[in-house]
Amino acid sequence: MGNVNVKKVDRIQQGLWEKSYIPEILRGLSVTARHFFRNLNPNKEKRTIFTRDYPEEPTVYSDRYRGLHRLMLREDGQVRCVACMCCSTICPADCIHIEAAEHDDPTIEKYPDVFVIDELRCIVCGLCVEACPCDAIRMDTGVHIPPYTERSTAFYDRDHLMELGGLSQAKQGGDRSVAKS
Amino acid sequence: MVEVLISLAKITVIVFVFVMGVASAMTLLGDRKQSAKIQNRIGPSQATFFGFSLFGFPHFIADGIKMVLKENITPKNANKFLHTIAPALVFMPALIGWSVIPFMDHYCTGSVTTLVPGDGSGVQHYTEVCDGEWKNYFSIMHMNAGVLFAFAIAAVSVYGAAIAGWASNSKFSLLGGLRSSAQMISYEVSMGLSLAGVLMIYGTLNINEMVRMQGHLIGDWLPMWGIVIQPVAFFLFMLAGLAETKRAPFDLPEGESEIVAGYITEYSSMKFAMMQLAEYAATVFIAALITVVFLGGWQIPYVYADGIRIFGGVWTPFGEEVWYWISIVLRIGAITFKILFLVWLQFMMRWTLPRFRYDQVMTLGWKILLPLSIANLFVTALILAIIW
Repeated sequence: MGNVNVKKVDRIQQGLWEKSYIPEILRGLSVTARHFFRNLNPNKEKRTIFTRDYPEEPTVYSDRYRGLHRLMLREDGQVRCVACMCCSTICPADCIHIEAAEHDDPTIEKYPDVFVIDELRCIVCGLCVEACPCDAIRMDTGVHIPPYTERSTAFYDRDHLMELGGLSQAKQGGDRSVAKS
Repeated sequence: MVEVLISLAKITVIVFVFVMGVASAMTLLGDRKQSAKIQNRIGPSQATFFGFSLFGFPHFIADGIKMVLKENITPKNANKFLHTIAPALVFMPALIGWSVIPFMDHYCTGSVTTLVPGDGSGVQHYTEVCDGEWKNYFSIMHMNAGVLFAFAIAAVSVYGAAIAGWASNSKFSLLGGLRSSAQMISYEVSMGLSLAGVLMIYGTLNINEMVRMQGHLIGDWLPMWGIVIQPVAFFLFMLAGLAETKRAPFDLPEGESEIVAGYITEYSSMKFAMMQLAEYAATVFIAALITVVFLGGWQIPYVYADGIRIFGGVWTPFGEEVWYWISIVLRIGAITFKILFLVWLQFMMRWTLPRFRYDQVMTLGWKILLPLSIANLFVTALILAIIW
């Protein structure tokens, strides 16, 4: 009892200048007036308005914005994904469904026969992109997940995701010619 | 009959075009767009008129249509009669007061000459005299006790707020009504007392005479505006006027963080719009009062009805007849500009200052403004007794 730590804080003493309010009110008025007139500037570049006419003007996302998924392609246009199940395993929302199939090319073991992402379940955490060992799935489309009125349209299958995709800079499976020599 | 028609025309122009136009445009441009600019926003721009957003002006029409179409609710246990009549009681005083505000000097049927010192007339100041007849075309009513009338009418609006608060049968409304009546009555005291010093100097209650006297030049160069001869009173009056209009930083009667919306909590539909409009109309009216008493009303320094007079010289462009009309237009423009500037300043105050606590409002009113205005009155009386 009575062992409370009391920290004494000195009150900021106001002088007559502050206490009379008038100079401080004028100072505040000058700040607001400055903003007011700056934003009346006919040159819109010089205004400091931070709001955006959102539906009319597109929102500018940063390069690292996580948007819709896309599946990357090989150089011959096939899907890069090797159906290793890393993304669907790590996905906390369990929204990726993969059915693997055997590939004709012996250098490529598997490919996803079915690859469906439920964009309604996706929590946009980006863990699938982190987990992917071969840069096959990305979320850098720059398009946010749109609202859906029909639930079935929210299932993005492999071909749709590949349409969004592109070529990756990374070399899959390493450079074999170097390994042989 | 002609006089009646002229009066009707004046009422239409002043009350419906100027006051309602300015007050309702202020709801929109002043309160929304100005605040948006201050806070680095764009403000309302979605309502368009044939595809043009027109600086957000169509929002005013959209608001009006919306307000008319809303359901008009009277609370179950409210006093129906008083609840209905209260918005009108708030709104009317803000409009009636305009009857004594002169937008220009009386129209002179003959020619106007300005008496200047040193021309043998024995007049010390710059006074305009008319050799014909003065005709009152530019204020609705010419009244000898204009200032008293304006104040008496402005004081009546307390009843509206108090009745609205009581008749709504809501605790929030009642608190708001009590707050507004206490605040308005306290600030009216210092308002009246700060004005008393000005009245002692002008020696008249006639607003037009007061404005005419503000055309005098002290020492041939300094306009005898109220702000020049009574700067303290101007400041006190402005502050008390801000408090009178019940807007921020004195918007405790409707402090939305404490008592919902104060005495307008239970109002909806056009009755709510009336309450809001009354506030804006009161803002414009206070601006007009400050203009005519302290900022020279329709006077423009050195511009007189018979020419521009600076440093003893006279310059009458375009001849006397034409210049008289030009001066009329200039002067109406001057008072309009001054009123709009003061309204703008009041809005700036609103978006600059945080709200006072209620006890701070009362302290400011009774312990600071009242003693200051009494001191101002006393000093003015002393100076007048010694040197006049």
